[in-house]
Formats: sequence, C-alpha cells, structure tokens
Amino acid sequence: MFRRSHTPSAGVVIYVDGKPVHAAAEESVAAAMLVAGFTSFRASAVSAAPRAPHCMIGNCFECLVEINGQPDRQACLTIVSDGMHVRRQAEEPGP
Amino acid sequence: MSNEHHDLAIVGAGPAGMAAAVTAAELGLDTVVLDEQQAPGGQIYRNIEALERGGHIEKLGDDYRRGAELAGALRASTATYCPGSVVWQTSPDGRIGLTGPDGARMVHARRILLATGAMERPVPIPGWTLPGVMGVGAAQTLFKASDIVPNVPVVIAGSGPLIYLVALQLARAGCTIAALLVTTPASRIASALKELPRALLAGRNLLKGVGWVQEVRRLGIPLANGVSGLRIDGKDRAEGISYEADGSRHRLAAGLVLLHEGVIPDNQLSLSTRCQQIWDAAQLCWRPATDEWGATSEERIAIAGDGAGILGALAAENLGRLAALDTAFRLDCIDQAERDRRARPERAALARHKRIRPLLDRLFQPAAESLLPTDPDTIICRCEEVTVAQMREAVHLGGEDPNRAKIFTRCGMGPCQGRMCGPTVASLIAHETGRTMAAVGTYRIRVPVRPIPLMTLAGLIGEEEGLPPGESTL
Amino acid sequence: MSITDTDAIVIGGGLHGTSTAMHLALKGMRPIVIEKNSVGRHASGVNAGGVRQLLRDPAEIPLSMAAMDRWLDLESLLGRYAAMCEFVGHIGQVAVAETEADMRKLEARAAEIRALGWNHEELVDRQELRRLLPAVADHCIGGLVSRRDGQATPYLTSQAFRLRAIELGVRFVEGVRVTGLEHGTRWRVLTTDSIFTSEILINCGGAWAWQTASLVGETLPRGYFAATMMVTGRMPSFVDPVVIGTGRQLSFKQTSTGTVVIGGGILGIADLTKETADPVAERMRVSAETCSILFPIMRRATIVRAWAGLEARMPDQIPVIGPSQTAPNMWHAFGFSGHGFQLSTIVGSLLADLIVDGRSPLPLDAFRPSRFSEAISGVG
Ligand SMILES: Cc1cc2nc3c(=O)[nH]c(=O)nc-3n(C[C@H](O)[C@H](O)[C@H](O)COP(=O)(O)OP(=O)(O)OC[C@H]3O[C@@H](n4cnc5c(N)ncnc54)[C@H](O)[C@@H]3O)c2cc1C
Ligand SMILES: Cc1cc2nc3c(=O)[nH]c(=O)nc-3n(C[C@H](O)[C@H](O)[C@H](O)COP(=O)(O)OP(=O)(O)OC[C@H]3O[C@@H](n4cnc5c(N)ncnc54)[C@H](O)[C@@H]3O)c2cc1C
Ligand code: FES
Repeated sequence: MFRRSHTPSAGVVIYVDGKPVHAAAEESVAAAMLVAGFTSFRASAVSAAPRAPHCMIGNCFECLVEINGQPDRQACLTIVSDGMHVRRQAEEPGP
Repeated sequence: MSNEHHDLAIVGAGPAGMAAAVTAAELGLDTVVLDEQQAPGGQIYRNIEALERGGHIEKLGDDYRRGAELAGALRASTATYCPGSVVWQTSPDGRIGLTGPDGARMVHARRILLATGAMERPVPIPGWTLPGVMGVGAAQTLFKASDIVPNVPVVIAGSGPLIYLVALQLARAGCTIAALLVTTPASRIASALKELPRALLAGRNLLKGVGWVQEVRRLGIPLANGVSGLRIDGKDRAEGISYEADGSRHRLAAGLVLLHEGVIPDNQLSLSTRCQQIWDAAQLCWRPATDEWGATSEERIAIAGDGAGILGALAAENLGRLAALDTAFRLDCIDQAERDRRARPERAALARHKRIRPLLDRLFQPAAESLLPTDPDTIICRCEEVTVAQMREAVHLGGEDPNRAKIFTRCGMGPCQGRMCGPTVASLIAHETGRTMAAVGTYRIRVPVRPIPLMTLAGLIGEEEGLPPGESTL
Repeated sequence: MSITDTDAIVIGGGLHGTSTAMHLALKGMRPIVIEKNSVGRHASGVNAGGVRQLLRDPAEIPLSMAAMDRWLDLESLLGRYAAMCEFVGHIGQVAVAETEADMRKLEARAAEIRALGWNHEELVDRQELRRLLPAVADHCIGGLVSRRDGQATPYLTSQAFRLRAIELGVRFVEGVRVTGLEHGTRWRVLTTDSIFTSEILINCGGAWAWQTASLVGETLPRGYFAATMMVTGRMPSFVDPVVIGTGRQLSFKQTSTGTVVIGGGILGIADLTKETADPVAERMRVSAETCSILFPIMRRATIVRAWAGLEARMPDQIPVIGPSQTAPNMWHAFGFSGHGFQLSTIVGSLLADLIVDGRSPLPLDAFRPSRFSEAISGVG
C-alpha cells in the first residue's frame, strides 16, 4: 500500500512476528510495518476484525502491537530500534 | 530524592508550544517543553529539522520554512526541550505525569500550558474501520516523517483545505490520486460567499486556497463536488468506495481511502484536568473555554494553539506567545504594562489570521452525515465496536448523557478513551433526545490520557510533596 | 416556589438511598429521592464492584450474609433489571498470604469468627491457593477464602436499582441539592430547585451525609476519603476470584471482558466542596508494583484508566444506620467506609422495616448513630 520515496541512509532491522523488517532509523514502528506491506496490525477486541493504523498521530489506538513483550503499545508513537521484537496482537497470518 | 520543578511546563512542541517556549525563556522563566514526537514541529511542521537538513522542504511547500525557523529558535532558547515524552496526566495543582525515554516521571510546574494541537475529526461512515482507510493527515504524517507515500491509487474523500493540500503534496511526490470526492454541498458554497468580503482581507491565505483548487484541476486529478452517502467496502481491507453525486450512485475501486472532515481540538488533557469546555457551534466541536491570554477555568492551566479552537498554525504562534506573556506576568517576571505592550503586535497579527476563519468554518463545515451517522450498522466506537443502533438503544434505556451511555454500551471505554467516538455519541444523543450539544455534554476523561504499562508506573520517579492527604478524619 | 408533598424523602441517589426508597415503595409508600448530581455518580457508581463477605467487621457479618443471599437471588429484588448488574457469585474472594506472618494473621482471623459461630471464611493451603489462583506468584503460601463472594458492575448496578425503583413508583429528582431542613409537623426540605414536604426523611448522603445531619444540629463523624481504582486493557483470562492482599494493600479482580480492576486503599486527592476525587500517580505506583509481585502475568499489563471516588469513613470503619438523635422521623444510613457496595442489597430493606414496622429483623445496634457521642461522654 506504501512505498518509500527514497532509500533511507541509515537503517535498522526489527522483527515482526519473527520476520526481519528493514526500517529507517528514527521512524515509527507503524511506518516501518506499513511500508513492509503489513495491512493488519491487530484483531479488534470484540469481533476480531483486522485493524491497521488510521490516524498515525496517537489518537485512534488502531496500531496497538506488542513490542518487546509489552502488549498494547502504540506503533505510530514508538520509534524503531535495532533488534526490536514486534508481534501483531491476536496472531494474523503474515503479509 | 527531590522532585523536578519548573516555572512553566509546556505540553506540545508545535507552533504554539515552540513560540510560547521561546518567549517564556526570553523573559527569564524556567521553561520545559514536553512533546511525544522525536523532534520539534508539531503536526504541521512534523520532522521539519530533518526535512530542512535534507533540503526537502519544498516537497511540502514554502510555507513550511516557518517551522524550521521556530524549531531553530526553540533549540537556541534556554527552554529545556524533552522529546519522546508522552504526557498522560496534567493536574490542576501543576503536577504532570509523563513517560519519557528513561521511563515515567512527575514534573512540577507553577503553570502548565497545554499546546496539544488538533486531531482529525473522526469520520464514522460504513467501512471506516477497514485497514486501508486512514485520515488524510495520517498519510501526510507518513510522508513528512518517513518520506513514505502510497503506491496504490488513492481516493481522498471529505472536505477542508487539507484535502487539496495533501492531494497536491502526494501528487507531486508521484502518487496517483484516483479521485478527490468533496463532500462540501453546493449550497454551502453560496452561503460561505457571504463571508467573502471579510476573508478577502486575509489576502494571501485566501488566494493560496484558491490556488490549490486550481492546481488540483490543472494536474488533472479527478474531482467530484457535492458527494454524499460515502461507503467503503471490502472484506479484510478497503477494496472500493461508493458515493452519490449528480443524483446517482457511483463506485470506485480503491485500496487506500483517505478521509478528512477538518480538524478539531485535541482536548483530552484539558478535559481530564476539568477545564471548562464550551460547544463551538461554528466549528462544531468542543473546546476549552479560554480568555484572551489562553487562561482556563483552572488557575494554573493555560491553553494555546489549535487545542483551544482551530485557528491554524500562524495564529497558534501568536496565541502561544500571548500565553507565555501572561504566564510571565502572573509569575512576576514582567508587569502588566509590559505584558500588554508586548501583546500588541501579537494581537494585531492574530486579528489578521482570524479574518479568514468565518469563511473557512462555513465553507468546510463537515457533512451532516459524518456528524450524525444514520446507517444503523455503522460502527461509531472503533475500540469496543459499538454501532449506531446499539447507541440509540442505550439512549432510550436512559443513556441520555455520554457518561451513562458509555457504561451501558462500553462505547468510549476502550484504549482511545472516546477520542474517536466522543463527538458522534454526543450528536446521536442530542438527536435522539432533541437536546442541544451543549446540554448533552461530553465524556469525563480519566487519566492516564494515554495508556501506561503497569511496570512503567511501578517505576515512576517522583515523590509525594505537599499533596493533600486524600482522607479526612475530622 | 412550588411545593411537592409526599410521605418519604430520601436524600442521596447512591445505592443505599435508592435501595431504601425501593423498599419503602414495596411497603406502599411513594418516596422521592433527591440527588444533587445523578444517580450512581459517586461511590455507588465508581467502586470496585467487589461483593465481599470476607474479612468483614463481626458486627457487619449478619448483614453481609443476608445481603449475599439477596445477591444470589437478584431477580427477586430487581426483577427484569437483575441481569443488568452483571453479577457473578460463587467465584470466591481470597486474601493471599505471602509470608508466615500473613498466614498467622489470617489464622487468627479465621479463629476469631469461628468462635462467633461463623464459618464462611476458610483457610487454604499452598495447594488449594494454586487451584483457586493458578497465576499467583510462587512465594505465596496460602490464604483465606470466602467461597460465595462475587463481583458486579457498580454503575450498571446503580442503574438497575434506579430502574427497578422507578418501576415500583419511586420518583428521582436529579441535579437538585438539599440545602435546608425544617421540621414543624412535617419535614420541609429546601433545595436548589423547589420545596418538598414529607412525613419521613432519610439521609443517605454518602461522604456529604454529615452536612445533612448538621442541618438538624446533629454532629456525626465527618470522615471521608478518596479511594482510587485503576483498570488495565483486556488481558487473557487468568483469575476468577477477587483477590486481596494481607500484608500489603491490594484489591484485584478480572472482569468478564478481560480487563483487570486494581484498587484497595490507594488514596487520591479528595475535595468535598468541589465534589472531586483525583487519582495520584505517586500513590498508584506502589499498587502497580504489588500487582506485579503477586501476579507475575501483570508485568505485561497496561493501565488504561484510573479514577477515584469519594466515600464516607467512620472512625470505627462501620456504617451509621438508625434514627437521628436530634430530629424526629429522620433516619441515617451512610458511612460505609469503603465496603458498602455488597451491603446495598440489604441495608435499605432493614431501614424500611425499621421505619415502617418499628423494628429490623437483623441487629443494627452496633450501627446506632449515638455511639460516637456515647464514646465521647464515656471518656469524660
Ligand atoms: C495530522 C495533521 C496534519 C496537519 N497538517 C497540516 C498542514 O500540513 N498544514 C496546516 O496548515 N495545518 C495542518 N494541520 C493543522 C495543524 O495541526 C495546526 O494548524 C497546527 O499544527 C496547530 O499548531 P499547534 O501548535 O496548536 O499544535 P500541533 O502542531 O498539533 O502540536 C501539538 C504537539 O503536541 C504533541 N502532543 C499532543 N498531545 C501530547 C501529549 N499528551 N503528550 C506529549 N505531546 C503531546 C503533539 O505530538 C504535537 O507535537 C494538521 C493537523 C493534523 C492533525
Ligand atoms: C473507589 C471505591 C471502591 C470501592 N470498592 C468497593 C467494593 O469493592 N466493595 C464494596 O462493598 N464496597 C466498595 N466501596 C464502597 C461502596 O462504593 C460504598 O460504600 C457505597 O457505594 C456507598 O453508597 P452510598 O449510597 O452510601 O453513597 P454514594 O453512592 O456516595 O451516594 C450518596 C449520594 O448522596 C448524594 N448527596 C449527598 N448530599 C446531598 C444533598 N445535600 N443533596 C442531594 N444529594 C446529596 C451524593 O451526590 C451521592 O450521589 C468502594 C468505594 C469506592 C469509592
Ligand atoms: S495509528 Fe492511530 S494511534 Fe497509532
């Protein structure tokens, strides 16, 4: 759904559900996942429908993922770091 | 260990917060600026320093240079700037709870300035919870922050200046804009023209807006005016969008739909601090009641920028400086005469920026159907998946105020704490009970306004100091 | 100014005021409840929802037992609104012992109430504790359980009581504050809206009840506190009973949606005049830590909201239930000291009996309002 306009100069690797994902240094986990092709970030609380970032500035809470073992982190407000482990909440199949 | 104390704590490093910090620091106030982003700029000037360093500002447009100047001034000031700091509590007594890069801590300030800005108004239409449906501002945020752009045809739907601006920014970045579906009704345009004479005095701003529309046409972006009945379809993600225009229904395939019906104040912190709020009938939103200096009903709390009512980024600067001047006066750094003298040019500029507002407010009033969804199955609370029909039922069970309706339905009880459903719930209640929005009121917002991991709270730094005991045995 | 006349007026639309009115209506009266904010706005709507018999003051045990019988048969009390309370019983409430000292404390307690003839509090060993609480931390060695105990959703319970009371003919006047009381041949109740008159007056004003008492020249303890609650995001189901600490302050339970509600003596900031109670993060920190120690799975929890509520607290930690010492035909029921939610199914019923029949089927002597003045004169 998204692409990078240019290749970032510095990068890190994060792991999303165990798969390595290349991210630009200093970008949000949500940005890195969107550009890597993840369309679903979590399953909704009631009907388990797929959900993905909607606002990108911290208001909608659709981007909640587990980061380094801590569930319910806002991926759009969390900056990537090398080796970070991300899990989509309520295990969706990979992209 | 002793607590961290400041004269002024500013929440938000957008134009309002940056301008306020520079002025406050200049006047000798010990000032701290807390912002959740990694760099100064706020929503409009997000990531502006890096964009300037990389020579990329022109991708956004020349207006954004102002952001780099403000960020530079903030860096050069004596204010302490704390990036990556999420504020989850502001208290009427001047205590602030936040989570920063090193964990959670409390900050004490003699005065707090909330400069938290705006958020996009939620657009609760059928299908808006599907992946692939985002805010126009959300896509712009990806672009500004990470230089990430859509690689599928994009449909932009809604109203407001930002839809034209972002359509142009994305088109210039090489994206395909499949359509721009404008929900502004034709009749609105006629009534808005009444405001034109005053708006013309705003000169440059107005011309800029007209220029955007012309450029959209020149670039050949398909544009439909006066659309209604927006509905997004798709199974696990957005696949298409349908709408009514010229008396018939149309459907477009779309993998990415960007919605926008303007921005509204982000008032979570001011609500949770119990600052008095008023219903703004022109902008159709709640905003905190503030005086000409940004002072609120709470003694130690002031608000500046779009968080106090939408006036745009340039006005936000003036409002930030006015709030800083008033703080300096209240904290005995300057006398009243000096405050008033320094305020004069700010007020003059503010008056200029305000001239265009009545026109914008009238012209870009959100479509009635996005304020009051009628389709019974439309989800209004994204977190707890409460529909229009369920909310109507709760209202008739006695949920005549948002706080009661919340407990009957769980609407607004999820992690977003009503940010996405608050306006819709209030308008549904108002409609069902025949009362005004002002009479219906808003959710009570609880701390933390952003969730905090239990273990982060367990590591909170900050001692109890001068707090009332919490119990009385008299 | 208009005057409304009726036979009984209840001041306070918390659970106890609502329940009292409901029971008076069952006896053929037409009570009016006057509530300054809205029904369930204060302690009754914001509490932890623990329906607990465990560790009650011995004087409260007979009431608490009778209250529990009614919780377990809510339909008789609330009719079609019973399900609204989301009550679940027989999940048990467990006081967890982390140390030998904790265990000694619980053993002494069990012995104390056994000697009084009660046997609903049962000591459990390490193994039974793990059966009850599989997620409890390894270092916990036993506990005390009351097996019938349960939980309900406070605000919805308040609304169910309100709707049932309305069905029985009770009138609620919300957003109206009682500001003055006069007694000639009948009560004349002055409010911020209009005047109400009645034969009987009942003060169920929670944290503000002492102010109402002082309107008739009666001095009652003014103690109150701001109790704080925190709630987490949804978590996988890991605990059924309600849990409380023994050596540390904690109350802890998981709701049917998966959220965990944490409380138990965290103090907020109380302001009786502004009628606000604010959580204090500096004080919540300890509870957060305690949770993570007792239940390691809580290390993954996220706090999404916290709030505090105002509640009256008496010096001896038990409520005031009984007739006014200075005014005729006036009764008090308040001061539940942090554990009146469970008692809400019984107190109104006993009070209605006392008012209409002149006697209560269960002993209320320990709760008599005069006990405080007796204590003072006793010292002299
Ligand atoms: C997504 C989006 C994009 C926009 N883009 C444009 C644009 O391109 N052009 C334009 O003219 N207008 C734009 N606007 C409108 C614009 O927001 C304002 O006119 C302008 O930014 C307002 O300035 P401000 O200083 O009041 O607030 P903002 O610029 O919004 O700054 C507020 C700052 O506070 C921070 N903040 C908020 N809450 C907390 C918290 N609890 N803890 C810590 N930090 C917090 C935010 O992250 C932000 O950095 C946009 C609005 C949005 C929502
Ligand atoms: C955070 C918290 C957690 C708790 N947890 C539990 C628990 O788990 N289990 C348990 O059993 N108990 C618990 N409790 C205690 C329980 O909530 C209370 O004991 C109970 O709700 C008291 O009910 P009430 O009707 O006396 O008071 P309230 O619900 O406070 O009602 C009193 C009402 O009187 C009104 N009023 C006062 N003065 C006037 C006036 N002059 N005019 C008009 N109206 C007036 C007030 O507005 C108020 O609504 C908890 C309490 C708190 C605060
Ligand atoms: S995308 Fe909305 S909160 Fe992260």
